[in-house]
Amino acid sequence: MKLSFVVNGAAREVEVRPMARLLDVLREDLRLTGAKEGCGEGECGACTVLIDGKAACACIVPAVQAHGATVQTVEGLADDQRLARLQDSFVRCGAAQCGICTPGFLMTAAELCQRSQALSRAEVRDAVAGNLCRCTGYQKIIDAVEEALCADQPR
Amino acid sequence: MAQLIGESIGRVDGPAKVSGRALYVDDLHVPGCYYGATVRSIHAHALIRGITLNLDYDWSDVVVVTSVDIPGENVIALMTDDQPALAEQVVRHVTEPIALVAAPTREKALEAARNVRVEYQPLPALIDMTRSQGEDPRIFGRDNVFKKLELRLGDVKAVKGGVLIEGEYNVGHQEQLYIEPQGVLAVPRDDGGVTILGSLQCPYYVVKALTRVLGHDKLNVVQAATGGGFGGKEEYPSMLSAHAALLALRAGRPVKMVYRRDEDLRATTKRHPARVKLRTRVDESGRLLSLDADVLMDGGAYNTLSPVVISRAALHVSGPYRWETAHVRAAVVATHTPPNGAFRGFGAPQAMFAVERHLDLIARTLSIDPVELRRMNLLREGDLTVTGQVVKAPGGLLALDQALAAADAPLPPLSPIPGGGGDAARRLPGRGVSVVFHGCGFTGNGEAKIKSSVILELQGERVRVLTGSTDIGQGTDTIFPQIVASILDIPLSWVEMAPHDTALVPDSGPTVASRTAMVVGGVVDAAARKLHAALQAEAKRPGPFAELARARRVRTPLRVEAQHQPDPTLRWDDERYIGDAYPTYAWMATVVDLAVDIDTGEVTYRRLITATDIGFALNPVLASGQIEGGALQALGWATFEEVVTDGKGLMLNDRLTNYIIPTAADAPEMVTLLIQNPYAGGPFGAKGLGEIPMDGPAAAVAQAIEAATGAVLNRLPMTPERVLEATP
Repeated sequence: MKLSFVVNGAAREVEVRPMARLLDVLREDLRLTGAKEGCGEGECGACTVLIDGKAACACIVPAVQAHGATVQTVEGLADDQRLARLQDSFVRCGAAQCGICTPGFLMTAAELCQRSQALSRAEVRDAVAGNLCRCTGYQKIIDAVEEALCADQPR
Repeated sequence: MAQLIGESIGRVDGPAKVSGRALYVDDLHVPGCYYGATVRSIHAHALIRGITLNLDYDWSDVVVVTSVDIPGENVIALMTDDQPALAEQVVRHVTEPIALVAAPTREKALEAARNVRVEYQPLPALIDMTRSQGEDPRIFGRDNVFKKLELRLGDVKAVKGGVLIEGEYNVGHQEQLYIEPQGVLAVPRDDGGVTILGSLQCPYYVVKALTRVLGHDKLNVVQAATGGGFGGKEEYPSMLSAHAALLALRAGRPVKMVYRRDEDLRATTKRHPARVKLRTRVDESGRLLSLDADVLMDGGAYNTLSPVVISRAALHVSGPYRWETAHVRAAVVATHTPPNGAFRGFGAPQAMFAVERHLDLIARTLSIDPVELRRMNLLREGDLTVTGQVVKAPGGLLALDQALAAADAPLPPLSPIPGGGGDAARRLPGRGVSVVFHGCGFTGNGEAKIKSSVILELQGERVRVLTGSTDIGQGTDTIFPQIVASILDIPLSWVEMAPHDTALVPDSGPTVASRTAMVVGGVVDAAARKLHAALQAEAKRPGPFAELARARRVRTPLRVEAQHQPDPTLRWDDERYIGDAYPTYAWMATVVDLAVDIDTGEVTYRRLITATDIGFALNPVLASGQIEGGALQALGWATFEEVVTDGKGLMLNDRLTNYIIPTAADAPEMVTLLIQNPYAGGPFGAKGLGEIPMDGPAAAVAQAIEAATGAVLNRLPMTPERVLEATP
């Protein structure tokens, strides 16, 4: 079946199997390999993308659900100045080590940035708790997200 | 000198990693690539009676490999030659690989693997490590012992006085849980050889193993971006690379093998379970008179690196303390379970959990404050370790003082219990403190044996660093250029890392044992000085490196190679375990604050303070990131992570839904103090730091739970059920 959606600002049409996962369509058909597969069951969040602005695990989303939707992946972040700042914060704060979870964290954080509501550090912690990282102990990820949110939202 | 070293510059691979451009194995797109899958044993111990293909299945586009198809030797060469690439007549653990298949899609490969039929004759299996040594059935050698060792300081039997205090400590498996599962891509070369691109720590391990399996050395190994290792990608990639190479050579096309998470959890190496029995004598004031230690570890069905793991356990079971006498016996034995292997800490965390808990037991028995007991007995300048090594510039006391001083700051507020029920009175606060040390680099004369090498090449305004040491997230691809740029006083932009491809780079030794920054970083430092000298010799005049490099008119690159020069004053007797066990030690104190829910036994972490003597921080953000990540793995081991197995040794909780690692919501706020205490043998004074954060936090958590509830826990993990059960 034919899937039409907007990915990182560009209209795309892909022929997909009925139960194809959104993650496979992104990675294999569109060669957007930024979203990673860490568990295949929506636990680790390494495959997080934004579907109509909301963070979702692409490994458990049937591709057909994205029909007509706007999907954002890590490859599209740099197009938005605010989100490019988020990427910079991740590098500067040491929020990325091995980097395999990084695209997922960035997309979860991108949703927070776009919501533009002030969050306490504890709220940031909770907000990213759906993504697993095994390298950083999360401290520097929280630092980076907080820094990016602060830059956005004077409070 | 350029102020680069000691600065927190962002990691050089950061921009690629935050933009999705960094390519991990599964991201590599190769036209015509097949996908591999593995047929694994369902028995812990069995004879293989036959391997047949289901003839009703369509095999037309499937390649199958069994042990008879191996062109070289059927062995994964590491320390001993006991582990086959594919089982032949016997399987010795569940999930042992028996056959391989490759097909055009992942789905088809997995389906084909299910259509390979293995007929078994089950045999009695030995699963319990406490019943292995000298018992039947025999798995390894004459007595099922992979390695046994003993070390002595003085005569413990001669010590009669003081109070006799005995304890037993048990820890289970732990999974490394790198977020990127194991994966390898094997690509046939035109010369009949093969190129391996893999998620791996030690490319030269793979070269060594594959040369034996293929029967030739027409191969090169390239590290792809690697999504975490923690030891888990030290030895296992040799197995996976052998499998992918066998399939690729048979299929005549590239073959990709990337494990699904469940397969990775069930089949790959884990931290060794251990039982540690300690029998000590202590005088009334708390002075440590004698240590009698008995360490037993479960190696699983094959040797892998177990002899080195047990060695590190034996050398750390004293803790960072002065014992007047010691007798340590340690053994790692075989069982019919999946082999255990390298994991951050490498035997030390198991030993250190035991001795730190034992100090708590001593403190309780003698009614001494546990922190004061530690302070009294911490190794001081000139003291002897249990191998008789004279301690130099120890950082234990400094670390303890700094961590405790930082702990005076007010705690962050206790987060409410999710879903309500925020009755603070039902959550009891507790604080725990531990102190550990960790030997940096290889044990004894290990470094002398491997002669780590690094090459530097100058061409134009570019210095290229060629090393087999891999960056698996810890940041060495950033700190090596920092070292080079600082020594040569050139901009960082001049320095680049060559791909970690064994066709290009020399063997710098494996990326393990908290040795890369300290040992290989030292070789990088030496190579940079050598390059400057070579450039001056070529120019026939002295001068700053940058100026001479700009004036250079020679077309060919200027190339120098440096090798690690071990400290010639170090003495080590590998038979008797006497002497300088490690060139130096890192030291760390942990103060953890937590709350225990008295209704559920659940532990909530509030703050983790660590103070770590790492010699010198080459890049403080990267260094503290290592410590924070390692410390959270230790908290996971302390209260969350439990590998549950069935009676055959098969991991039952083989998913991220039931093998629980900490999330951001579980993790405490961390205060990470880096203590500068330069070590002359490391670059700019740096020591190893990758593993020490794994050693101390679990014991501190146990002490904190005890302080909060009175529950005495000597077994990991301290799950809510165990906490409740132990609460008086």
